[in-house]
Amino acid sequence: MVNDNLNLKVNLSGLELDNPIIPASGTFGFGYEFAELYDINILGSFSFKGTTVSPRYGNDTPRIAETASGMLNSVGLQNPGIEKVISEELPKLKKCFNKPVIANISGFSIDDYVTACRLIDRQEQVGLIEVNISCPNVHNGGMSFGASAQAAAEVTKAVKAVTTKPIYMKLTPNVTDIAEIAKGCESAGADGVSLINTLLGMRLDLRKRKPLLANTTGGLSGPAVFPVAVRCVWQVYNAVKIPIIGMGGVSSAEDVIEMMMAGATAVQVGAANLVDPFACKKIIEDLPRVMKKYRIDDLSDIIGGAH
Amino acid sequence: MKQGYFEIIENVALTRDVFRMKLQGDTSAITAAGQFVNIKLDGFFLRRPISVCDVEGEVLTIIYKVVGDGTHLLAHMSTGTKLDILTGLGNGYALEKSGSSPLLIGGGVGVPPMYNLAKRLIAQDKKVTVIMGFNASNELFYKDEFEALGARVLVTTVDGSAGIKGFVTDAIAEAGDVSCIYTCGPEPMLKAIYNATDCPAYFSFEERMGCGFGACVGCTCKTKYGNKRICKDGPVLCREEIIW
Ligand SMILES: Cc1cc2nc3c(=O)[nH]c(=O)nc-3n(C[C@H](O)[C@H](O)[C@H](O)COP(=O)(O)OP(=O)(O)OC[C@H]3O[C@@H](n4cnc5c(N)ncnc54)[C@H](O)[C@@H]3O)c2cc1C
Ligand SMILES: Cc1cc2nc3c(=O)[nH]c(=O)nc-3n(C[C@H](O)[C@H](O)[C@H](O)COP(=O)(O)O)c2cc1C
Ligand code: FES
Repeated sequence: MVNDNLNLKVNLSGLELDNPIIPASGTFGFGYEFAELYDINILGSFSFKGTTVSPRYGNDTPRIAETASGMLNSVGLQNPGIEKVISEELPKLKKCFNKPVIANISGFSIDDYVTACRLIDRQEQVGLIEVNISCPNVHNGGMSFGASAQAAAEVTKAVKAVTTKPIYMKLTPNVTDIAEIAKGCESAGADGVSLINTLLGMRLDLRKRKPLLANTTGGLSGPAVFPVAVRCVWQVYNAVKIPIIGMGGVSSAEDVIEMMMAGATAVQVGAANLVDPFACKKIIEDLPRVMKKYRIDDLSDIIGGAH
Repeated sequence: MKQGYFEIIENVALTRDVFRMKLQGDTSAITAAGQFVNIKLDGFFLRRPISVCDVEGEVLTIIYKVVGDGTHLLAHMSTGTKLDILTGLGNGYALEKSGSSPLLIGGGVGVPPMYNLAKRLIAQDKKVTVIMGFNASNELFYKDEFEALGARVLVTTVDGSAGIKGFVTDAIAEAGDVSCIYTCGPEPMLKAIYNATDCPAYFSFEERMGCGFGACVGCTCKTKYGNKRICKDGPVLCREEIIW
């Protein structure tokens, strides 16, 4: 190909990715719908749907609302539970994806995180574990662990004690100082951090004079949150030495470069997959052009390059 | 599922706020009546799901009601404009259990998907009856088109200004022997039909969608056979699986 000597490879705590593009958890299911459309092995990796110890139905519908340049979701971690993910989804996924996958894990107590991470850590298909302490759509859990540096550190420590694979803590932007939380994770042994999860938001139905979402509030994502995400990645890069997976509103190859210059080693693409199922493929194919435009030979060279 | 660009070749008003749009493009992913398409509109983040009313060669027909900004924009688009559309979404209606005299019931903009369904059933020599329900006569559309296919049409209006006065359920007795029911419309209507009948029946549901192709689980509902995504495992559910 005409990619000459361009190097798109990046490295996340020893896990080498062919390129930095990773579909974000919850927007790519377990990959099958997309594998019908294109060979998903072109991806750097992908982060599967947030998984908990027990199966979850999630919140009532409506779970989705449109916003200017984005969307709200209040899915609430619907998933079949860790055992089914291991016994059914992973073997099925193996048939269409032959690279290490990122396991996205959620919980409602430290025990939950420990149980799920211990089980998923043993799966050879899993290359990295992304521990979601930032879901805004579930009560008594999720985001509450991501809201204080101390709680985030406790989860990190407990999970690190039972795992061998790289642990990336997924952080919420719904806090006063995200850099403090990231530091808490780093000091407790996290291999990296992943940010941002969605911003807490809501919309009203004017006719009914009621919230649009059955859950009242939801998480905002899509291009509307991109500047917030870049700011968070920037601040966290200044605060920690561990690698950052950056996400939030990414929808073009230029956005990927911007995220990386702000400090991200790899970049996740979320809501964009929902409105354009070929979004990740298009971004990967467009990266060489944009790299040439900004005279980048090796993507790893630009990580944090704007600091 | 396929993504493709479709050119608008017709966009006309059928009533004050209901429009028919014909689009030309690759329709090969559309395999059953009752499937839907998801349309990208400039200036809106999420796509708009609309049922397939008919498909004939390269021409896709949709019928939509203007209810908000997206459908308002759609109504103002001129022929020649190209739209980015995902086609072949959803399961559609199963024809196997239709029997010899299926009854098709559409309420408001639930009428359009019945058109391609009627066409397919009539092609199988079935005796098709269609009940179409509206609030008033000025909302009525497609009666002649269904009759031209060879279907028997019963109209109901809430105010009695056309056809039988009342709801679609008030016309079921007049349909005679019914082997199977296919329906699409507002949920209270679907539920009334479910309660008023006991033959095999298929119901098409609506839900707010993130993707429309099964990836986000934004549209999940509970059924007797577990969780289903309205966009991928539906929008059509059969009587046996529904939990009201
Ligand atoms: C499977 C399916 C098939 C449909 N088929 C038809 C059809 O053939 N003809 C027709 O007129 N309408 C149909 N609808 C409803 C149609 O999708 C909505 O009327 C349309 O999305 C409204 O968009 P808007 O921008 O005008 O309204 P707004 O209210 O401004 O839309 C805001 C958001 O809410 C969503 N939304 C609003 N109403 C609905 C609804 N009833 N169902 C799902 N999402 C909604 C929109 O897609 C958008 O994301 C169908 C819906 C579904 C789910
Ligand atoms: C429908 C939907 C479901 C999501 N589910 C999860 C999840 O299960 N676990 C998780 O860590 N993040 C989840 N997220 C958050 C995304 O992974 C991502 O952090 C966020 O959407 C920001 O990226 P974006 O703007 O590109 O969408 C979800 C997002 C959306 C839109
Ligand atoms: S709308 Fe995304 S799964 Fe149905």
